[in-house]
Amino acid sequence: MNRSSMLSFLSSVLVIVAGLAIGFIILLISNANQAIPAFTTILTFGITSMRNLGDVLLFATPIILTGLSVAFAFKTGLFNIGASGQFTIGAFVAVFISLEFTFLPPPIRIISAILAAATAGALWGAIPGLLKAYRNVHEVISCIMTNYIAMLFVNYMIITFIFDPGNATSRRLPADSNLPTMGLDYIFRDALRPSFVNVGIILAILTAVLIYIILEKTTFGYELKACGFNKDAAKYAGINENRNIITSMMICGALAGIGGALNFMNGTGLAMGIVDVLASEGFMGISVAFLGLNHPIGVIFSGILVAYLYIGGARMQVFGFSIEIIEIVISIIIYFCAFVFLVKTFVGKGLVKITKKTTQKEEIVE
Amino acid sequence: MYTIEMRNVTKIFPGIIANDNITLQLERGEIHALLGENGAGKSTLMSVLFGLYKPETGEIYKNGELVTITGPNDANTLGIGMVHQHFKLVHNFTVLENIVLGVESTKNGILQMQDARARVKALSEKYAFDIDIDAEIRHISVGMQQRVEILKMLYRNNEILIFDEPTAVLTPQEIEALMNTMRNMAAEGKSILFITHKLDEIKQVADRCSVLRKGKMIGTVKVSETSKEELSEMMVGRKVALSLDKNEAKKGAAILQVKNLQKSSGDGKPLKNISFDVFAGEILCIAGIEGNGQTDLVYALTGLSEVDSGQILMEGTELSKMKIRKRTEMGISHIPEDRHRHGLVLDYSLAYNTILQTYYTKEFQHRSFLRKDAIMAYARRLIDRFDIRSGQGEETPARSMSGGNQQKTILAREIDRNPKLLIAVQPTRGLDVGAIEYIHKQLLEQRDAGRAVLLVSLELEEVMNVSDRILVMYEGEIVADVDPKKVTFNELGLYMSGAKKDKVVA
Repeated sequence: MNRSSMLSFLSSVLVIVAGLAIGFIILLISNANQAIPAFTTILTFGITSMRNLGDVLLFATPIILTGLSVAFAFKTGLFNIGASGQFTIGAFVAVFISLEFTFLPPPIRIISAILAAATAGALWGAIPGLLKAYRNVHEVISCIMTNYIAMLFVNYMIITFIFDPGNATSRRLPADSNLPTMGLDYIFRDALRPSFVNVGIILAILTAVLIYIILEKTTFGYELKACGFNKDAAKYAGINENRNIITSMMICGALAGIGGALNFMNGTGLAMGIVDVLASEGFMGISVAFLGLNHPIGVIFSGILVAYLYIGGARMQVFGFSIEIIEIVISIIIYFCAFVFLVKTFVGKGLVKITKKTTQKEEIVE
Repeated sequence: MYTIEMRNVTKIFPGIIANDNITLQLERGEIHALLGENGAGKSTLMSVLFGLYKPETGEIYKNGELVTITGPNDANTLGIGMVHQHFKLVHNFTVLENIVLGVESTKNGILQMQDARARVKALSEKYAFDIDIDAEIRHISVGMQQRVEILKMLYRNNEILIFDEPTAVLTPQEIEALMNTMRNMAAEGKSILFITHKLDEIKQVADRCSVLRKGKMIGTVKVSETSKEELSEMMVGRKVALSLDKNEAKKGAAILQVKNLQKSSGDGKPLKNISFDVFAGEILCIAGIEGNGQTDLVYALTGLSEVDSGQILMEGTELSKMKIRKRTEMGISHIPEDRHRHGLVLDYSLAYNTILQTYYTKEFQHRSFLRKDAIMAYARRLIDRFDIRSGQGEETPARSMSGGNQQKTILAREIDRNPKLLIAVQPTRGLDVGAIEYIHKQLLEQRDAGRAVLLVSLELEEVMNVSDRILVMYEGEIVADVDPKKVTFNELGLYMSGAKKDKVVA
């Protein structure tokens, strides 16, 4: 491991430990008697059984994809806060195809649902991209607006086309629209029943690897990162910045859109609700991306970690902690992620002191 | 007894000794030059004097008494003032307001400017500054702004005046006036510390000169007894050719023809009807004071910004509407003015920076995948050919390279593309003498290889030494087309300040 990735790793660990400590204090304040078992739960529940571990992976799937979406944008110098809307649009398109295109044989229907979700997310992501490229509208502003538009538009579409008045949600997906489990349900199960974990997690991991290859190995990635690091130098080099902004936002949108598809095709019988809050997966993507230091492979691990906290956190309810307290504890841990870069510089300075003697020689040579 | 004596000052930064046991003695009424390359430790030493850095060892004495300086306020109380390289003035305040800023006299919370006005007027007259004290800073010239900075020090009764590279932004006439002011102030008993790397100016005005090299004090000499060659050898540590060996230019066909270029406004100065040709085998230099449209002209030629009207012809092909990449492919290389902003992606490695305009060519990619081996091999070739030094070779992040080596990387990339036209904008800015020498040689080599070189420079010395022909820009116009062998520094200065104007017809 080279020095900079060691720094990244160390600072992420430090941040998590600090977040856990403060989370524990809050549990103590809330209910000191139950704090220790509850804290043990959030720390260990995800690995107490293979089924729980499977649930962690299931929960991680969509947020790895929204995390990739945010991280990819970040590498191009964009802040994609619109993953929530792209996720929602992708989810709707996938659900719609699953429900309405029953004339297609299931495998083809599943594949087209995912591809259509990616396309729809890409087109949705293109909107802030186009506005930024040609009208110089800051992507954060337009992303926030497209998030709300996506949410309300999808509400309307659900009511108009795929409404289930009994539940006031979309209709439930037919069983043959669920993603195949590919035998994962035999690995991730306990005595009672298997986890719903499915091929989605494998797709998410493969997507992360693909994004890594695009960013690190291709001329396209070279261009995107050049724009992200230094817009002016990219322009000087004759790189078409506008085209890169738009393509980058489209890729981000596609990633979040796939996340939406995988989230609702996971076999848990989840239906799309008529909501007035933005899809949280999009915002969790931001923490996942930052905790993964915007590295596609890092995002796989940070996605799983965040999912692990959520699964364990949800379980804390059995100790009488209200869902609000649990959310606060999880949020604090994730909030600490925002400090990861700050801590990285601190840890960096500390390391400099330790390795002073070796670097001293190098720098004098320079 | 010395006015200021810095005794055995050592300042260590992680990994580098910026000042190594330095002793500097400033006498009353002398002009003392502080000479050294970039990174020699001049700024660090001055920061120690101003209390901005706390040295590891060393003391500062004023008139023989030990003093402690913990910040600029202490320095000011002790009568130490400084004219920074980049002026610290409030642009929408008047001259008078800027001068009293921080030491205003008030009565019941109301500003009392009458006394201040009288004092500033008197000071300005005494030194023949000829300055309108009610003009706003943004409306007066850079030379005048510098006088405001000097008045600020005088108004505060500073006895020790530090000038940090004060001539960089001035015309020859303004430099002359500044030198006179400095002499007058020294004659009155003020002590002047003059930081510079220009040997001519030291010879003109300084009494003694202290030379720093790599954090060490090389020595303090009497300027009248030391030659320029000796000074530069002390500074660099080896013999340096102060003038370039160059043979006659073999002028070829016109490579670039600019015709009636106009640009109304935009970010900078408007360009007014600019026409000129650049020929193969010549170095054409565009001289002028910073901010007279040179940057906009270069942006127009390279495609970084658009023009309103006019033609840019490259061997007969119209360029003015072409995209940057097309122009690059037509054979234009560009060493940009700001190497960090345009020239490099600092977060990329040295190797990735060498392919900034060629990453998409067959040599460096195969089916959209970067050919890492080829890129690394290419970077190693450039490192060898141009003697680029860096900690980890081709993998070194551009950010951690020294300024000189960053510039060499850009130079290598731009020259290796075998351009027909090389546009170099202030290619030696901020570099030390050794690197400057190297870059000038490379420019000459390009010229001798039959390429057209367009050099934009603010340094008159460079303009006169390197170029085969000089155009002077003033307020977005070309006001002179002269031969460096026939023109004097003085004349160039008159053109640069707009005092003289030729009808220039291309």
